[in-house]
Amino acid sequence: MKKLGAFLAGLSALALIGTAQAEPVKIGMITTLSGGGAGLGIDVRDGFMLAVKNSGNSDIEVVVEDDQRKPDIAVQLADKMIQSEKVDILTGIIWSNLAMAVVPATTAQGKFYLSPNAGPSALAGKGCHKNYFNVAWQNDNLHEAAGAYANDAGFEKSFIVAPNYPAGKDALTGYKRFFKGTIANEIYTQLGQKDYAAEIAQIRASGADSVFFFLPGGMGISFMKQYAGSGVDIPLVGPAFSFDQGILQAVGEAALGVKNTSQWNKDIDNAANKAFVAGFQAEYGRLPSLYASQGYDTANLIISAMGKASVSDADAFRSALEAADFDSVRGDFKFGPNHHPVQDIYVREVIKEGDVFTNKIIAKGLSNHSDAYAVDCSM
Amino acid sequence: MTFTLLIEQILNGLQFGVMLFLMASGLTLVFGVMGLINLAHGSLYMVGAFACAAVATATGSYWLGLAASLVFAALAGVLVELAIIRKLYTRGHLDQVLATFALILVFSEGTRWLFGSFPLYLNVPEILSGAVVLPGGIQYSLFRLLIIAVGFAIAGGLLALIHKTRIGIQIRAGESDREMISALGVDINKLYTIVFALGAALAGFAGALVGSIQSVQVGMGEPVLILAFVVIVIGGIGSIKGALVGSILVGVVDTLGRFLLPILFGAFMDPSSATAVGSALASMLIYMVMAGVLFFRPTGLFGLNA
Repeated sequence: MKKLGAFLAGLSALALIGTAQAEPVKIGMITTLSGGGAGLGIDVRDGFMLAVKNSGNSDIEVVVEDDQRKPDIAVQLADKMIQSEKVDILTGIIWSNLAMAVVPATTAQGKFYLSPNAGPSALAGKGCHKNYFNVAWQNDNLHEAAGAYANDAGFEKSFIVAPNYPAGKDALTGYKRFFKGTIANEIYTQLGQKDYAAEIAQIRASGADSVFFFLPGGMGISFMKQYAGSGVDIPLVGPAFSFDQGILQAVGEAALGVKNTSQWNKDIDNAANKAFVAGFQAEYGRLPSLYASQGYDTANLIISAMGKASVSDADAFRSALEAADFDSVRGDFKFGPNHHPVQDIYVREVIKEGDVFTNKIIAKGLSNHSDAYAVDCSM
Repeated sequence: MTFTLLIEQILNGLQFGVMLFLMASGLTLVFGVMGLINLAHGSLYMVGAFACAAVATATGSYWLGLAASLVFAALAGVLVELAIIRKLYTRGHLDQVLATFALILVFSEGTRWLFGSFPLYLNVPEILSGAVVLPGGIQYSLFRLLIIAVGFAIAGGLLALIHKTRIGIQIRAGESDREMISALGVDINKLYTIVFALGAALAGFAGALVGSIQSVQVGMGEPVLILAFVVIVIGGIGSIKGALVGSILVGVVDTLGRFLLPILFGAFMDPSSATAVGSALASMLIYMVMAGVLFFRPTGLFGLNA
């Protein structure tokens, strides 16, 4: 009898090893689902959930909560998810100031954080952490590509504008890092500002030959409409955030022909991307944005790591994440030493397809681009 | 910095100011006449913008959209007044703040439910878009110029309404002595509903005009609401003239502050820290003006009750 007991115990232990691969993973998603920035969070969530659904993996449980774009609420939600919901992985935050409030505390408690959007410089350099991964980009990346594009386009004097918050500072730093010309003027606007008449008047008077602006969400809609109405015709350059699928329809004609930089577009030619664009349209009835593509990639990265290691074995799971062994909609995808992507960044142009405003890729801005902070990171 | 740039910025400040006036005038009337703090005023602004965008898209006519903004915001105002606000006049300010804050959430989520989370398309009509050249070679957006003109026309009309007409006399009387005017046979409930609908229509109209050059999205009203409260505190609660002066003051000070402060600090600092310090200070400037005004005139510039 004793022997049989030992045998059974051994068998069940074996069975445990066997099921270790399929151990359920609980993911907490804190993102912005209400208020002005809700479109971004909804896209990340929808992209993420589409990938989870497509995987058919029933071992994934996702808890979604709305941070209302408020850092204090994001912190409360993170505490709740870690302590009472006992999630293994946190993800979802859109805004850099919220990420700065949540990520360090999360990784300090031994949980994984995978960012589907915000990539503040403070978390890429000295503040990097072995349990923090960014699946989207380091904040500076798209702006660096915009700077590189401005050189290629022959611009010599740029007027640069961004909101006064961590990602805004990263944006102007990123542009200046690659742009070789002179800066006519740099302006920090208030976060959430809607009227840009004062800034546009200064652009008109500046004598610049190009305008670089980073104004995500509703701020960009206001800026472009007012810019088009002002009669100033200096060419605009910007990162994809003011030209994503969610807001282009609200901007309309004013955005046509504007060049912008992105790590993703719906016309990138690979099987994963085609499946993603078609699947997203079928599921939600609208074209995906780059935020949706980032959510989708984040989920697929987690699913790929789950196939290789158990989340309770943090070191093995981390290695599985580092391997990034999944089919990214961006094509080739790998992590640099600071767990931020090394990827191609494209230049896109806003076009009109039928009645829908969208983007098409016109050139490659930067190839296999990493970020400037990786050298400061030691894990 | 050139002279034309300065003039252009002053025009921008004026335009911002008259927009604030459309919001603040309704707020100050409701606060002054009914003693009600209405946080949901920003939601009526949003209702106007969404009504304008939806009707303009459906019919293809911007002018119908503008008319719809007035009508729908006034309707929403009447509905809210009859259903909820009416029960709050006799309550304390805390109850009013709680109830109208709840209204903000209801309006925001209701709008999201109807229109979705993505911003709507609304643009200035073709004949009003583009820029005109003013005397002195100043290029200025035609639509903004019209906003300034329309704003001043409405301000003139409101001042005449309050000071020259019978209903204006009743409003002013209601402001100074509520019991007395109802004892004199004026239907105070009807008066309140009219004042509330008027304030709502103006807010909705402002929302539609501003939505045309900015973005039409959920939550667009709240940032403006905060500034409108600053305006009525500076101008004196209940005073239309105060709301006008306060709006122009806030609009011009804010615009010129954003423009001039970084230049000022640039004279003795390196450019990037001058920009940072200048824009940080510029965002505080109107609150410093408010504190200054309250220090010398605790009831605001045109405050009625000491």
